[in-house]
Amino acid sequence: MEALDKKLLRDFGRLWKQALAIALVLACGVAILLGSLGTYKSLIDTRETYYERNRFADVFSPVKRAPDRLAAELAAIDGVWAVETRTSGYAVLDVPGSNVSVTGQILSLPLDGMPRLNVPLVASGRLPDPESTDEVMVNANFAIANDFALGDVFFANLNGQKRPLTITGTAQSPEFIYTIGPGALMPDNATFGILWMSQRAVDAAFDMTGAFNDVSLKLTADAQETSVIDAVDRLLDPYGSLGAIGRDLQVSDAFIESEITQQRVMASILPPIFFGISAFLVSMVMGRIIALERSQIGLLKAVGYSDLEICLHYLMLAGLIAVVGIAFGWAGGTWLARYMAVEYTKYFDFPFLIFSTSPWVYAASGMAALLTTMLGATQSAIRAARLAPAIAMQPPAPPQFKRSLVDHMMSVMRLSQPTVMILRSLIRWPLRSGLTLLGIALAVSTIVSPSFFQPSLDKIIDSAFYESNRQDGMLVLSHDMPRHVTEAAADLPAILQTEGQQFHPVILRNGIREKRTSIQADPPGADLSRVMDHSGNPVAVPPGGVVLTDRLAAHLGVGIGDTVDAKFLGGRQETYALIVTDIIAQYFGIGAYMDLDFVNGLLRQSPRISTINVSLDDTEVLDLHARLKDIPNLTSIIMMTDTRRSFSETIEQNIVIVNSIYITIALLITIGITYNGARIQLSERSRELASLRILGFTRAEVSYILIGETMLLAVLAQPLGWWIGTLIATSMFNGFSSDLYNLPLVVEPAVFAKSSFIVLLAAFASVMLVRRRLDKQDLVAVMKVRE
Amino acid sequence: MPEVVFRTEGVTKVYQTGEVKVYALSGVDLELYTGEMTVLLGPSGSGKSTLLNILGGLDHATSGRVWFRDTELTDMPDRRLTMYRRDHVGFVFQFYNLVPSLTARENVQLVTDVSPNPMPAEEALALVDLADRMDHFPSEMSGGEQQRVAIARAIAKRPEILLCDEPTGALDSSTGIQVLEVLQNINERFGTTTVIITHNADIRRMAHRVIQFQDGKISSVSTNDERLAPAEIVW
Repeated sequence: MEALDKKLLRDFGRLWKQALAIALVLACGVAILLGSLGTYKSLIDTRETYYERNRFADVFSPVKRAPDRLAAELAAIDGVWAVETRTSGYAVLDVPGSNVSVTGQILSLPLDGMPRLNVPLVASGRLPDPESTDEVMVNANFAIANDFALGDVFFANLNGQKRPLTITGTAQSPEFIYTIGPGALMPDNATFGILWMSQRAVDAAFDMTGAFNDVSLKLTADAQETSVIDAVDRLLDPYGSLGAIGRDLQVSDAFIESEITQQRVMASILPPIFFGISAFLVSMVMGRIIALERSQIGLLKAVGYSDLEICLHYLMLAGLIAVVGIAFGWAGGTWLARYMAVEYTKYFDFPFLIFSTSPWVYAASGMAALLTTMLGATQSAIRAARLAPAIAMQPPAPPQFKRSLVDHMMSVMRLSQPTVMILRSLIRWPLRSGLTLLGIALAVSTIVSPSFFQPSLDKIIDSAFYESNRQDGMLVLSHDMPRHVTEAAADLPAILQTEGQQFHPVILRNGIREKRTSIQADPPGADLSRVMDHSGNPVAVPPGGVVLTDRLAAHLGVGIGDTVDAKFLGGRQETYALIVTDIIAQYFGIGAYMDLDFVNGLLRQSPRISTINVSLDDTEVLDLHARLKDIPNLTSIIMMTDTRRSFSETIEQNIVIVNSIYITIALLITIGITYNGARIQLSERSRELASLRILGFTRAEVSYILIGETMLLAVLAQPLGWWIGTLIATSMFNGFSSDLYNLPLVVEPAVFAKSSFIVLLAAFASVMLVRRRLDKQDLVAVMKVRE
Repeated sequence: MPEVVFRTEGVTKVYQTGEVKVYALSGVDLELYTGEMTVLLGPSGSGKSTLLNILGGLDHATSGRVWFRDTELTDMPDRRLTMYRRDHVGFVFQFYNLVPSLTARENVQLVTDVSPNPMPAEEALALVDLADRMDHFPSEMSGGEQQRVAIARAIAKRPEILLCDEPTGALDSSTGIQVLEVLQNINERFGTTTVIITHNADIRRMAHRVIQFQDGKISSVSTNDERLAPAEIVW
């Protein structure tokens, strides 16, 4: 090993604490990049493979009731590779041992066994016998959540008849990777299951013999999805088509897509911040090392080392820091990606998870880290290389200070000399002070930005459950029924108040812009399910008008007073022009609201409802559940309290984990910056501070100078940190928001206070760590050494 | 008989470097008197700086005892040593040790801010003939000027003792003489006990007493019956 290499390793050994502080910040960047890209890649690969193997369809269309013969016509559409028709319906299940209502989505299996598309992956047992009417295959998670074994029996309320069903097998399906029940916000495998049954049984139960109400199509590689969708709509429209959709609107796929987007957002926002901070820290530390090693550089040059060799020597020191950071980052990132993959299995039902973070992800994160570190070191390394040997061997001139306007202000303010020293140093090196301030601000923002999730989600919950949807439960009817069924419902146990409501699938259009959604029609003065405006007041929807959520209005490009065309699906498929009377904020879905009586009139039908909203007496809820299991014409019951609780709990848990991770990251950044900053200050000022000690300054007084500068910057960084944090949060929230949910940014001062407290505490602890060195300083030795 | 300011009894200082013990001082007995200007002479490593540091409260002796007037410095804790330095001692170093971010005046104010009975910074700077350079930063001053600021800083607290470690070591002869003139002026005007360490044998001729060091011991003590003015010293 050459002498210069030995020097390199010894320097690195001597600087290990500072190097580690930087390496850990760098590692965060690498880990998040690796974790996010790894998860992103893993989700995409797994989804693609699963879809491919199990022939997940490209286009889906629910329809009221279409004759079987249409299947051939659908298959003949240009670009269609395969067609699968089936019957799909919901039913309330009676699961022995469960005292809550369980909903099942029942799907028919073709006569010849396996469907050609959306092929279920049998996990255990077998498919139901095509001839049987009481055999069922359920999704595996539903079986696990309810402790079902093969051969177990539960009951389903099928078209008014309660029938025992025997489990013959369990399966997973690419259609239900995210298995979310109607009206639910989170998957709940205990109360929602997928049931595959023979076509014979399902057709009989839903009165679909010779017909289908659900079609999936797989397209050829060169097919135009939009033209196929148009063709399918044209064919199915006369039979009450609810509108064909592509994969982007398929519920399960939309949720996965939204998760993939989040990972991409994470990978693009956070790592650059860490890399930037690392580059700054490297540049700060390298600058100091080169100042300290000035005479050594002169000597090296004097004995014949070239500029390039000296430049490379210092770049390699930075390279070593990068190597350590990358190693930690790779380890952390691998763990993070695996942790996230395991987390995903809680929400996404994949039969397998392709987790092979490809070498390019490792290479890319490593290269990014190495490059930014080198970038930070370049300026110092070049400066070292350019030092003329004769000058380098002489001690450096004292740093230049000039009187400025600020000095006049300082003398007017009669500040103490130590304070003047602190302020002059900040002004003398504005770039360094500015970057330190920015770095600490970024640490603050790292805590601030994810902390907004809590108040924002509280706001969502508050708005969705306490302001708009105040009902305790929703009884979903199997088909639209006369409005007076609410009276019958009122007689059920536990029910205190009932209110009818109608949902209607529509396509809203404004010129070429269109959106498929569902119109919620409420009776005038509805109390349980309300439409709220931006300021939290109930909005009355006038007859003839429609109220849109802001996201939907923005998508359609309409404002209050504009007209939208609404095509009502599933019936006569008629289109009506509606006036937008209000635009409201809503955080779940992209809803549209109308007056119930007006809708019934518009569709020329007797007053009907599709859902009954109820408020409940908690003490009798179990009786209600027991009764609901036997009530015909009910597809499901959505318990809002359960929905709210499971949503809150899941979110709560995730937020705690996410916030802990971000706080750790912020601590690493803060420590990296303040510890290195204070170490460099101590090094630059050791003679100065020792002089003061000799002049009779106490340790506390001298520490004030050392701590003061860093802490002053830390305090000044807070407002900037709040601002950047809010900015990052805004950008993250926009990135995370989709048609599924929409995150409002709720700015809470407590978030700022918490973030500042954590960062200031960490900064103080770091400088106190350096202060210990000051206490141990050998005054005599420091004074003897000429830098 | 002049009053004794410093008294040492068998002061020994041992530095342990690995297996090797180095005796920087071995059994020094010494008395320094009020108003006296003493020059400590001797080759490098003879122990003069070590003694100065012990007298100035920057270091502890390994054995032996040290008194400042009636106060024993020998085992004084760090906090009290700080107060001792703050109240009684002025230091002047070879490399000035000015704070680069403070002007000449502010460097002196550093001391006057924490001293019980200081003179105004302006007065201290006038004493070293820098009244017109008070608002300059160290980087804007010559070496001699910087050392004079350091002296002004040392005397501004009206110390009883001025300890100077090679005050002219980094200066050329003419600026060195200016600095020595300032030191002598202070010594005569305020009666400040002044101890000067130097390599320069000629400087001895301006002192009252000259103490010669060799291998950690005092090898000789001599008194100048006739003292030279700094200007008469040949470098």
